[in-house]
Amino acid sequence: MKQIDIVIIGGGPAGLAAAISARDSGVKSILILERDKELGGILNQCIHNGFGLHTFKEELTGPEYAQRFEDQLHARKIDYMLSTMVMEISPDKVVTAMNRTEGLFQIRAKAIVLAMGCRERPRGALNIPGSRPAGIYSAGTAQRLVNMEGFLPGREVVILGSGDIGLIMARRMTLEGARVKVVAELQPYSGGLKRNIVQCLDDYGIPLKLSHTVVDIHGRERLEGVTLAQVDEHLKPIPGTEEFYSCDTLLLSVGLIPENELSASMGVRMNPITSGPLVNESLETNIEGVFACGNVLHVHDLVDFVSEEAKAAGKHAAQYVQGDRQPPGHAVELAAANGVRYTVPSRLDVDRMENLVTVRFRVGQVFQDCYISVYFDNQRVQHLKKRALAPGEMEEVTLKKEILSQYPDLHTITFKVEKG
Amino acid sequence: MKTIELICINCPLGCPLTVNLEEDGTMSVSGNTCPRGETYARKEITNPTRIVTSTVAVTGAVVPRVAVKTREDIPKGQIFPCVQALKDVTVQAPVHIGDVILPNAAGTGVDIIATQNADIMR
Repeated sequence: MKQIDIVIIGGGPAGLAAAISARDSGVKSILILERDKELGGILNQCIHNGFGLHTFKEELTGPEYAQRFEDQLHARKIDYMLSTMVMEISPDKVVTAMNRTEGLFQIRAKAIVLAMGCRERPRGALNIPGSRPAGIYSAGTAQRLVNMEGFLPGREVVILGSGDIGLIMARRMTLEGARVKVVAELQPYSGGLKRNIVQCLDDYGIPLKLSHTVVDIHGRERLEGVTLAQVDEHLKPIPGTEEFYSCDTLLLSVGLIPENELSASMGVRMNPITSGPLVNESLETNIEGVFACGNVLHVHDLVDFVSEEAKAAGKHAAQYVQGDRQPPGHAVELAAANGVRYTVPSRLDVDRMENLVTVRFRVGQVFQDCYISVYFDNQRVQHLKKRALAPGEMEEVTLKKEILSQYPDLHTITFKVEKG
Repeated sequence: MKTIELICINCPLGCPLTVNLEEDGTMSVSGNTCPRGETYARKEITNPTRIVTSTVAVTGAVVPRVAVKTREDIPKGQIFPCVQALKDVTVQAPVHIGDVILPNAAGTGVDIIATQNADIMR
């Protein structure tokens, strides 16, 4: 059986950054397995700008951002296989994959980096009543059709959900000549970034209806229209608020789900909130030598942070392979409370952690003028003023090793939203 | 004095900006966390501009479309003429990131350049 030091599952932004970082940390034997026919993942269809301000200090489009990393990969002569589907990973890190040239094959890895990304929540997960006509797409499918295949899926569009892909597609389809009538969002706040509301909806006069959802779908062969209704504080439609919108296309931008079938079947423990693996300070799962990064770990807003996270995962995988790690030491749990929904990582080892560890999390609702507080057991040690917090925008707090080392009895670090 | 609230669109932070516009036309900007925010606010009030991204058809390549953008931001009013000007453009592979696809798009003085490589189909 072929032996590889680090096998990376997925050649999108996370896999690319992890591979480059692992090589720069001194590992020669690295292989990326990618199921698509090219590297770059979802960035290839994200032709809009706004990527890379953090990483490259300039504003790039998705394909440009991906190309920067692909160029680095090629410069380091890191191996990758395209059109290759990983079927299974065993708990002892034997990867079973297949493609058209090699058929079914197995690789024994010393370390694995999970970088499979996420997929869109489909119509079937929403329980929208009505028939099943043509013309209903996830926003990402429409994005691929318009930007990569060159097809316009429809002329009159309603968008359900205000996730970033939906907002981006509202603008994109408008520019391509379609009429986007409305974006309806179930929650009382948008799920997307504020900048996308401004430049994708406001710029084109597209209304955003918060606390609204689709309650009926009309049409048999092709979509003919949808009925929107306002929802109450329990997200139940309010009778009498129904409004009909004629349209031939409905785009769904209603959330992303980390794609963790491979991780779960190899025994990686999951966080039910993120649908991603539970990881420690090294982004290592409960299986030693199996790391996770990017959208398979938790859904990010910003590819720059995916790259940063993946860089850390690649480095830690390299240290694991090289046997260059501290023995396990003082373990601390990370907990989310009072409006904070989860933290990544969810545990850390003070002896193993680097000088700085970034803890990323999301809040469960919109908060104005509040604080993010960090408690070491019962003692508040950080109190950060925030003008606004929203579920659509990931937050981060940095923990310092030198400070944690001063608390030898520390058991739990809790992250909270506080009013004062 | 007039107060205008804006959201900075330069980066995903989306800083809430407050612009105080005096009678004599002078402006003060607050709420920005970097200098780009102030530049954005001044432009947004006087001459709002945007980077425009789209795709054009490509022949002889592995892919049917190649992604493009305006090299710099253009006035908001020029967005639709710019996209319209790309409708009939077909380029020949190979295309490299940075290649000029359409010079001086819709009279804006700004070139449209490729943001994606398109290799020749072998």
